[in-house]
Amino acid sequence: MSEVAATDESLHGSPVSYSRGQKVVHPSREQFVALLKKLIDEGFTMCADLTAADYLTHPGRDLPAGVDAERFEVVLNLLSITKRERLRVRVQVPESDPTIASCFDLWPGTEAMEREVFDMFGIRFDGHPDLTRILMPEDWEGHPLRKDYAIGRIPVQFKGAHS
Amino acid sequence: MTTVENVRQTSEGGQEMKPRSELGAKELMREVGAVLRMSEAEAAALGQLPADAEDQTMIINMGPQHPSTHGVLRLMLELQGETVLRCKPIIGYLHTGMEKTGEDLTFLQGGTNVTRMDYLSPLNNELVFSMATEKLLGIDGDIPERAVWMRMLLSEMNRMSSHLLFLATNGMDLGAVSMMLYGWREREEVLRFFQKVTGLRMNHNFIRPGGLAADLPPGWRDDVLSILEMLPPRLEEYDVLMTNQPIWRERLQGVGVITAEEALALGTSGPILRSTGVPFDLRRDMPYMHYDELDFDVIVGSYGDAFDRYAIRLNEVRESIKIVYQILDRMPSGDYRIQNKKVTPPPRGRIDESMEALIHHFKIFTEGFRVPEGEVYVGIESPRGEIGCYIVSDGGPKPYCIHMRAPSFVNIQALPHMMRGGLVADAVAVISSVDPVLGDVDR
Repeated sequence: MSEVAATDESLHGSPVSYSRGQKVVHPSREQFVALLKKLIDEGFTMCADLTAADYLTHPGRDLPAGVDAERFEVVLNLLSITKRERLRVRVQVPESDPTIASCFDLWPGTEAMEREVFDMFGIRFDGHPDLTRILMPEDWEGHPLRKDYAIGRIPVQFKGAHS
Repeated sequence: MTTVENVRQTSEGGQEMKPRSELGAKELMREVGAVLRMSEAEAAALGQLPADAEDQTMIINMGPQHPSTHGVLRLMLELQGETVLRCKPIIGYLHTGMEKTGEDLTFLQGGTNVTRMDYLSPLNNELVFSMATEKLLGIDGDIPERAVWMRMLLSEMNRMSSHLLFLATNGMDLGAVSMMLYGWREREEVLRFFQKVTGLRMNHNFIRPGGLAADLPPGWRDDVLSILEMLPPRLEEYDVLMTNQPIWRERLQGVGVITAEEALALGTSGPILRSTGVPFDLRRDMPYMHYDELDFDVIVGSYGDAFDRYAIRLNEVRESIKIVYQILDRMPSGDYRIQNKKVTPPPRGRIDESMEALIHHFKIFTEGFRVPEGEVYVGIESPRGEIGCYIVSDGGPKPYCIHMRAPSFVNIQALPHMMRGGLVADAVAVISSVDPVLGDVDR
């Protein structure tokens, strides 16, 4: 059952869809920063949330025509305080090249959120000033919120039994 | 398995703040710019600061085991004498992977998980999770009136208990120990009400997708009224004890100042944003449930300092009292959860007599109810700011992906900005005024 309404609507050249009545815009990685700059001019001065999703085991999701599904998706929830509106931005990020431009220059508040996404999903943000792990220890291997990262994969160290 | 070589290979770089001597000018500027968010020119000027050898700077760790860091927050401070030059919050000590755990729990079990994130306002966590799930299910408009008003009652009572604890810890951090005892005492009264309603003082798992776990117990109205009557004189007492007291004002006024532009750029919300004079409260500006039908004020500060944040929270307790009186007047009778067989388990009595009820009960509690494919973001006003829940469903009984927009996680980023140029002694006041909950920061 799908509730993604297919629309011909577009916002600054990026297709728009509606999920449960919430407006979602799907720019490509090339359009991403230019679109965000235009959105800021339109009043979306706050980036409430930046996160990502790993669609490894759920590839067939609904996307508007012209948007190719990739493994990762970076999701921004923007907020316009003056217009009292929310807008969601979903960008497809391929597995082979998991990088995307950083939003740090647009909203400095995304710094920690981008570090969290990098830590949890392994998506790199170009132009981020300090892209290090934020929640996991520095020497952690892997990115825990990826779907191919099993739960409880911490190696348990047993002492060798006396033979 | 984790040999030293492996560590080197996988390390993405240090999280800690490095001493100036180990940093090149470019790196220092990058680090300072990242932490303090200033322009390149400003950062470069700051990089040249300790030129002469006598004015050496020192890096100290505050936390993770410091009593005033509200948990396991660790701050690295670069000090020149008593002045804070740089500050970097280092988090993750309480990270337990709750978002990963949430992918393995059904939507009905999810409440037990999210309620443990912001453990001082658990009902707000459950509320936002339930609202997101209901929106995905498409039943967000069908929740019975009584359930909606009960949710508002619990949410506001939770705001009171959370703010009372803030007043207590803020007092404790600044040496007002009597305030600490008073705050805990009043909060305990609210928690006693929660215990009577939900069975637990914290981590209630009471607000669930589709409604609530149970109806309000007999005598709840008297309990609420006794809290509402008890609080106002006590709040007056706090005014005498702290608000009007010169020592208290000296410690807080002009400390940890942040401007409206900075607060907006950093994405902060709740009392921190409102302390800068931005009148933004999701309850009023993007109303959910029935907040648009209620009469209450949004408390706004003007200086963006620690005192404003204290005063806002104190007065928000008063606003919550006002709101709860209105909720008491308007509390309707009716169902406390939606009568939708796919979401709500059948009543216990039906299970003995109806095969279908038994099957439904079994299916809901083992497999869980299926939620249609889609993704949704819902944000509400928690005591600490905007708490948001982003859920992706693949049509199964468990969320495919769940992310909580934690207000403390975002607000804590404002710390370096607030502390820059201040004194070490004020650092405690600044941390306290942000009111972070580390369970919410690290999840």
